[in-house]
This record gives sequence, C-alpha cells and structure tokens, in this order.
Amino acid sequence: MRLVTGNDLITGDVTWWAGREWSRHVAEAVDAGTDAEAIAQREEAALRVNAPYIVDAAPSPTGPTPLHIKDRIRATGPTVRPDLAVKPADASVGSYQI
Amino acid sequence: MYKYDEYDRALVDARVEEFRDQVQRRLSGALTEDQFKPLRLMNGLYLQLHAYMLRVAIPYGTLDSRQTRMLAHIARKYDRGYGHFTTRQNLQYNWIKLDDTPDILAELATVEMHAIQTSGNCIRNISSDQYAGAAADEVADPRPYAELLRQWSTFHPEFSLLPRKFKIAVIAADEDRAAMKLHDIGLKLVRRDGALGFEVYVGGGQGRTPMVAPLIRKFLPADELVSYLEACLRVYNRYGRRDNIYKARIKILIHEIGADQYRAEVEEEYLHVKALGIDPPAAELERIQAMFAPPPLVRDDSVTIDRSNPAFALWLDHQVVKHKVPGHAIVTISLKPIGGIPGDASADQIDVIADLAERFSHDELRITHAQNVVLPHVHMGDLAEVWAALTAAGLATPNLDLISDIIACPGLDYCSLANARSIPLAQKLSERFADMDRQRDLGEVKLKISGCINACGHHHAGHIGILGVDRKGEENYQLSFGGSGAEDASVGRIIGPGFSEDGVVDAVETALETYRSLRTEGERFLDTYRRIGAEPFKAAIYA
Repeated sequence: MRLVTGNDLITGDVTWWAGREWSRHVAEAVDAGTDAEAIAQREEAALRVNAPYIVDAAPSPTGPTPLHIKDRIRATGPTVRPDLAVKPADASVGSYQI
Repeated sequence: MYKYDEYDRALVDARVEEFRDQVQRRLSGALTEDQFKPLRLMNGLYLQLHAYMLRVAIPYGTLDSRQTRMLAHIARKYDRGYGHFTTRQNLQYNWIKLDDTPDILAELATVEMHAIQTSGNCIRNISSDQYAGAAADEVADPRPYAELLRQWSTFHPEFSLLPRKFKIAVIAADEDRAAMKLHDIGLKLVRRDGALGFEVYVGGGQGRTPMVAPLIRKFLPADELVSYLEACLRVYNRYGRRDNIYKARIKILIHEIGADQYRAEVEEEYLHVKALGIDPPAAELERIQAMFAPPPLVRDDSVTIDRSNPAFALWLDHQVVKHKVPGHAIVTISLKPIGGIPGDASADQIDVIADLAERFSHDELRITHAQNVVLPHVHMGDLAEVWAALTAAGLATPNLDLISDIIACPGLDYCSLANARSIPLAQKLSERFADMDRQRDLGEVKLKISGCINACGHHHAGHIGILGVDRKGEENYQLSFGGSGAEDASVGRIIGPGFSEDGVVDAVETALETYRSLRTEGERFLDTYRRIGAEPFKAAIYA
C-alpha cells in the first residue's frame, strides 16, 4: 500500500489522505497507489496539506500500518506521552501499536 | 539581567511584525513551503514529526521570574501544558500552531525574549556557565561578554548565511560546566598579569564528526573580543565548505587546513578588522556589565542547617553547591525524575520555579546544558523551604551528575531527523538505576543519549554515550565510553556492535558493574575507563 501523509498547514497535525479528504487517523488512510504523487502535488497546491510525502504501508485488521517506525510514531503520537496520543476515530479498533 | 534598550526592543518588535506578515502570506498561498521554510526557521519554527515546534532562545541560559512565567503561560495557552529544556539552554514547545506563532512571539517580546537565531546557518544562542555570577571559582562573570556577543551576532549581515550553524560558549572558570571545547568557538575568560582576556578555542563540535577544539589564541585582551571573533568568522565564511553539508562546520575546515594555518589566517584578517574599530568603547561594556551586577548578598557565617530529615540531607548533598558569598548556595533543580522525560517541565512546574526564583534567588534562574534549572543565589537559611516547595512540585530528585541525570534529545518521539527514540531509553535506564544507594555508590556518571548522529543529546561527550541508529528499519543503539564535556574534554569511542533498547540497558549495567569491580579509591567511571581502557568492559558486555 502507498499512503499519502503530511501535516495540516495551520495546526501542523499529522494527516493522512482518506480518499476524499484528509484524516487525523491512519486507520482511515487509503491506498493511493500510482495516484499518490499527483494527490500530494494537487493537495499541497490547494493548501490542504503541508509537506506531503508517500509512505509504504501494510494492511492490517485495524487499518493500514506504515512500514517505517517513524511513520508509525507519526500516526500515534509520542510513545512517551500516551495522554497526547492520537486516538483512533473508531474506539473499537483499539489502540495503535508501533 | 540584561535589559533591552530601545534598539533591542525596536528590533525584536519589528521582527515579530515581519514574521506575522510572512505567516499570512504562507496561509494565503503567496509563499510556498519551500519559500517559507527558511523564513520560519530564522524565527525558530520547525516542522517536526507531530506538529510545529518553536524553539525559544534563552540567552546564556539566564532568565528572571517574569520571563519564566511567560514560558509557562505560552505552554498553557498555545501548547499542551509543558515545555522541553534543551542542551543549548533553550526551551522548545512541541505543539505549536502556525497561525498562533506571531502572537506567541509578540508575547515573548513583551518580556524581552524571542526565537531569533535558534535555527539556521547563523550564530546561534550564546551559551555559558550556569553558575556564572555565583561560582566561587570564576575570574569574573562571563555573561556580559556573552551578551556583547549576542548583540554583535544578532542579525549580523555578514554571518547570517554561514556555511553551517555556529555555536559559541563563554566560561570563566577552570571547571568547564558548559562543554566549552565542544563548540565552534569556546571562550574561557582568564586573568593574566591582572588583565582580563580570553583563551580562544575554535573548531570543536559534536555531530557526525566530533572534535575537541584546539587552542587558537592563548590570550586575547577582553576588549578585543568582537574584532577577533569577527576575524575568526570571516576566515570560516571565506573558506568553509558549502558544497557538502557534512563538511561545512568550522571544525572540518580547521581539521583540513590545520590549526596553525587557521590561526595564521585569522591573525592576518584580525589586523584588518582591528583597524576598523568595531570593538565597542569601554563605556558600552561597562553599561552591559552594570546590568549583571551581583545581587546584594551579605556574607553570613552564622547559618546552620538541620540535616535531620534524610531526604533533605540527600538533596543537599547532591543538588546544592557553594556560592562565592558564604552563607549562600547554588541550587540545581533536577528535571530528571526517575522514569520521567529529561528536560520536560509542566507549566505548573515552570511557575513553581519562577516563584522560587523570585522569592529565594534574587529573581534569577538559569537553564543548564544538561537540561536542569539552577537557582543561583539562595540563602542557606532558605534551603529547607526551597526543598519543600520543590518536593511538592515533583522537582526534588537528588541526582545531579549521577547515572539517572541523563541528557536525552527528543529523539524519534518528536524529532523528524531522529533514527531512534531517546526518551524511552532514558526512562528505562533511570528506572533500572533508581535505587539511590546504588546511584551514590556509582558516583559521577554522565550518561547522554542522542537519537541520531546530529548528537543533540551530546552522546560523544558522555562518560557513557548512547547513539540511536536505524538498522534496517529497527532501532539500534551504539554504546560509547570515555567522552567528556568538561575541562578534560574528550570524545567517546564506540565499544562494539550495537544493541536493542533492552540490550543497551543491560550493557550499561554490565559496564557499571565492571567498573565497580575494577575501580580504585576515588575513581569515577570515566577515570577507570581511561586507566584500564575498553577491553575489560567489552569482555564483560559481549561475553
């Protein structure tokens, strides 16, 4: 899987391309496939995302899981401050594991 | 404390409004991220893993309570209720919003603070000895000279786009508490034949290619400081490499051409610069020095301290050192609770520290490069009350310079450059060695952790250094021994193959048990390592 991720221009929050809009939750990210670069370019030009880039991910029962630890930490928040972690939109998917 | 004059104030206020306009242009799309990035970095604003990060300058690590309360206020109002004190005596906020940043900078400006030159290839925040003005062993307070250099280097048009970032430290004692020789320029104030001057060390640094700075000038008259540093920077600016970021620091230039050649180039340039008359008149230095006049402390030989409370006595033994005025003390507040995040402080804790500085330390406090806080001027009769307040705020851990007083960079939990996490490792190590009797038995052990080769966690200078690396997508940790950022500065050496996170905790424990079995009377870990070398440690660790 190829995910498009970046940061919100104003808040700096980590965001993931969810097909029609950006989501704070990696569980909602979609496989952008060969369109990933075009999506990143278009969305950055429209100021809907800042500094986008593409990451490889693997599907899992709880949604896409980025392959690199840096992106898994981006998806969850600092591992040392669980109180500041990004919570899954759907509580039933449980906590992210890096 | 230095107080802004009209020029300082106008300059900082203008910079805030300039950045406000730049942010608006970014938000409107008039500036692309590529265009905006160097502008925001010049104002200390990074884009990190989870959000924007703002690095606020704390010149030479000195603050008053009003400024400190502002730091707490910003943490509460604009961030998530805490801040992170760094190894450059600065403070970082990890959760800043872009459109809030101009307002934050405007609020900082009201207390004479800013984030200028906390990033970029310019002269960064000048650092100094956290005991400056209070230490019994200093020849004079080094901070007026640090302030002079701050003024000289702020928006210096010739040195705003150097080949690479440039860090300066100023100390004034034989004991180096500021890692002076690991800076691009390290200055040691000395007195010779009654005259004040500087030993000038140039070309130190950590990062990818760690080096201890060689002595370039044995004695520089203090009133020629600006001219000489101008010459040092000009030679670097002229010859420093811009084609390779990894070879752009001044240490590489000096290593390649040699200290003698660099010195000759500087002296030649100095002849030109000196003739320009850019050194400030004596009256200007005196104006600055007057703002650093020592507080009105009265010698008091009558103080006795009740040490009957063991916890208080332990704290006294580890966190309190002599002040140059008898009857007073320098207190270090540990930001390294067992299992905590090194250098982090909540807004409430920052407010407590501000209150204590105001009530007990003549409204002054310092940030240390080891990520702790200092109350520099405390009457010894007030120590019990200070300790009680710190205890209530979770700030009374008695571990200064012990194994749990760990320097750690933000690492992969926050930093976009990092390869591995530093903080969880620091937490595990401090928990492994939590027992105070054990820590005291091990004595001074400076353990420093960096999450990448940029070495913000000063791992090269650790008696025990740990470097996090990326090994095929997994966090891996290299262990090094023998570093020091003190007056006996040295660069640690990697001892062998790396470890997992748990593995490196075990390896550190094995190394320290080996030290315990081989040390002689009074030897620190570093001393034993230097005496017997790496082999006994390697044999135990890799057995």
